[in-house]
Amino acid sequence: MVSRADRSPFAEWLWTVDRFLVAGFIVLMIGGIVLSFAASPAVAERLNIDSYHFIKRQAFFLVPALGLMLAISALSPRYVRRAALALFVVSMLLMVATLFVGMEAKGARRWINMAGFSIQPSEFLKPALIVLAAFLMAEGGRRPEVPGTLLSTLLFVMSAALLVAQPDFGQTMLLALVFAALIFLNGLSWLAIVPLGVLGLGGLVSAYMMLPHVQSRVDRFLDPGAGDTYNIDRAIEAFVSGSWFGRGPGEGTIKRILPESHTDFIFAVAAEEFGIIVCLLLLLVFAFVVLRGLRHAAQDSDPFGRLATAGLMVLFGIQAAINMAVNLNLMPAKGMTLPFISYGGSSLLAMAISMGFVLALTRRRPQASRSDSVVVSRLSPAHLS
Amino acid sequence: MAVTDQPVSFLQRRTVGERHVPRGPSTHAVRARVHMAMAVFALVYMAIGGRLIMLGMSEESKSASYISAQDSVAASRPDLLDRNGQILATDIKTASLFAEPRKILDVDEALEGIASVLPELGTDAVRRRLASNAGFIWLKRELTPRQRQQIHDLGIPGIGFLEENSRFYPGGPTAGHIVGSVNVDNQGISGMELAVDRAWLGDLRELGFASDRTMEPVQLSVDLRVQHVVRDELVKALERYRAIAGIGVVLDVETGEVVAMSSLPDFDPNDRAQALEKDRMNRASGGVYEMGSVFKGFTVAMALDSGKVTMNDSFDATRPMRVGGRTISDFYGKGRILSVAETFIYSSNIGTAKMMLSAGIDRQKEFLERLGLTSRLQTDLPEVATPLLPPRWNELAAITISFGHGISVTPLQTAVATAALMNGGRLIPPTFLPRSREEADKLAKQVVSPQTSEMMRYLFRLNVLSGSGRRAEVPGYMVGGKTGTAEKIENGRYVSNKRRNSFLSAFPMDKPRYVVLVVLDEPKPEREGVSATAGVNTAPVTSAIIRRVAPMLGVLPKFGDKTETVSISY
Repeated sequence: MVSRADRSPFAEWLWTVDRFLVAGFIVLMIGGIVLSFAASPAVAERLNIDSYHFIKRQAFFLVPALGLMLAISALSPRYVRRAALALFVVSMLLMVATLFVGMEAKGARRWINMAGFSIQPSEFLKPALIVLAAFLMAEGGRRPEVPGTLLSTLLFVMSAALLVAQPDFGQTMLLALVFAALIFLNGLSWLAIVPLGVLGLGGLVSAYMMLPHVQSRVDRFLDPGAGDTYNIDRAIEAFVSGSWFGRGPGEGTIKRILPESHTDFIFAVAAEEFGIIVCLLLLLVFAFVVLRGLRHAAQDSDPFGRLATAGLMVLFGIQAAINMAVNLNLMPAKGMTLPFISYGGSSLLAMAISMGFVLALTRRRPQASRSDSVVVSRLSPAHLS
Repeated sequence: MAVTDQPVSFLQRRTVGERHVPRGPSTHAVRARVHMAMAVFALVYMAIGGRLIMLGMSEESKSASYISAQDSVAASRPDLLDRNGQILATDIKTASLFAEPRKILDVDEALEGIASVLPELGTDAVRRRLASNAGFIWLKRELTPRQRQQIHDLGIPGIGFLEENSRFYPGGPTAGHIVGSVNVDNQGISGMELAVDRAWLGDLRELGFASDRTMEPVQLSVDLRVQHVVRDELVKALERYRAIAGIGVVLDVETGEVVAMSSLPDFDPNDRAQALEKDRMNRASGGVYEMGSVFKGFTVAMALDSGKVTMNDSFDATRPMRVGGRTISDFYGKGRILSVAETFIYSSNIGTAKMMLSAGIDRQKEFLERLGLTSRLQTDLPEVATPLLPPRWNELAAITISFGHGISVTPLQTAVATAALMNGGRLIPPTFLPRSREEADKLAKQVVSPQTSEMMRYLFRLNVLSGSGRRAEVPGYMVGGKTGTAEKIENGRYVSNKRRNSFLSAFPMDKPRYVVLVVLDEPKPEREGVSATAGVNTAPVTSAIIRRVAPMLGVLPKFGDKTETVSISY
């Protein structure tokens, strides 16, 4: 163990970082590899590629992801802002490029080929935008001359426009939710929240009215008899057949049936093979990470740190909750990856960066005390009289 | 606070905290917002956890057809035992193969795998069923353990096994017609299996209580040892006399219990397809036949019981009778006047007809009704045929009926009616379930007087001692019986070279315990120059049966004065 007297950068990091959060993330990453063994060989076999293709890639990405997360966690808040800005600029450029040179799959351009890897820039855009928006809002709160909320809204609209152009409504929705959460957390008055909430609901309703595939998904959720609920039926069957202790590793069948079993439906695969108790433990880890992260945010007296941490944790928490809720048929089907668990290099790296930001921002720092300070001022005796 | 807003010097203007939270929402309010977010997340994650627990507690819901299939296959049946506790039918566990086509991932792979073990399933029809969207289909019922293991080892997703109860009959065909058989869902379809279903098991199953519970075994009246002997002797007889069918019945005259009943060719209940072959029907209770001369016993009993004829009367059998354009003649024509006893032991058609006429046609009809020979036999076994009666019971019909033609009854019915003539005149409905003597006494119906019964015993015994049934004698067991050689009808005419021979007997005649009926269909002469009448085939078969079964049934042989029955005179 490193001595507390040690003042080396590593020692400093070790004593200031939240080791419980680090442990939680590492548990999730390892869980991702384990579940990848369960879910992805079946998918790989269906695609006629090496059975262990996805596992190898997941493990391959794990090392840089872990390194990136720990490295970023050593940054100071100032460098977190700078890194976020750089990431934002790069991912915006890549997203624009994606629209022109991206790979088209299932009618959408979301991926771009870079140095032999296909990258989904929108994954990296999300944490970058959140950190920048948090910074702008915090800055706006501090300096009245800075129109923080306006600028951050501008950034959000730009990002959302690029996402809609791909199109990727799922990510747009997610980003909108997180951005709304940021505004809410920034202390927007309730008088403004109500009309904005109505506006948001109106947006959802219009999306339901205007977009046929959104409509069909919602319809199928509300009335299972109305259409094809094949995927979700199989997923529920997987939970039931797995029961508490699972059917055993390799004994699952849903992974062979569902096309997205290694990403969107990995939770159901986990339930079938390892049991609902393991799923509950996984859920517990997610809940622990999210609530601990948010508690850090609540205690942070620095508005930027507070907003950025909260925003990133909300992103993480919402994404996990949506994935699990869809698997459990608690909400309409929406492809959403389970952070750290689902297969996907981009999402893994982006998540590692996000959580690296969180770790960096939640490191223990000397903070301004809440108690009223005694001011020792040098006043002229004349004034005292 | 000793701070003023007056800008005295730049040092004085600095106030703590101004740089951090100068305005806007207070730290406290923002912190509350984060706490609200935490609460929302906690609720959402709890909802997800609750849903997980709910799913964990829910039972795996199988498709409706799966459930009904499981219900029907799991249904168990009680063991059937013979009267000594030997197992006639029992449940064994087998596995049946099913598929859940919706869960099959690769139909070709699945079909190929299954066909490698069960080649008969490798057809296009099976492929279509596997490719369908059905929730549950049977592929093959009742696999052998080896097949089950082989298919299990293939590890094909979407197919599985259901444990099911499969009926096994250790005795094979021995008591096949009595025990009956079940269908693939373990439901009784014939014999006592069906009888048990009808009596109570079917209702139990309907209510869903029959699945997989152990039930009290059901004991039958049949004695497996006796049953085996009867069947064994019939098999040998069929071979020796090249007969096409054979029937054997052993009936307890005191209780009405059927101790053995065999009908050849029979079937092995373990092989369900066999039971459908028409040839293998249960002739003993499910077929009706003109029983021929064995019916003369009923006519004589009727005549004696009516009081119109006594043992001392005699009938002129010198010339054939002509009735309604038909000639009635005797097979063993003695050409003289015959006493009642002679009429019986020489099996005189003319004498029997005249005896009947002395008593009256109406009385004959009433008497046969009383013996239950004109209506469907009431018993446990489902396979019971209804007698065929003449369209008009006129004089000609009555005359032919008196010697066993023109009326078709079941052999079992004949044995039951004969038991009444032997046991002191009490008609006891037959049963295939154990019955005590007291229970039988309650059911018994006096149909002839004890005196008539005694005279009939004398006549039966006499026929074996000095009549056509000589070959039926078993030393010590005092067998009494009546032969019957009925010409079969083909295309509406009696043909003389095709016979249905029978021997209706009881033993021991001093106090009869059992009635034994043996029928052979179309027996051929054993060798050239020998006749093929009942006396030379069914009588020795009866003798062989009694010789073997009497010790088993606890009938003690009596050796000594051979004149005991003949000395009685009336």
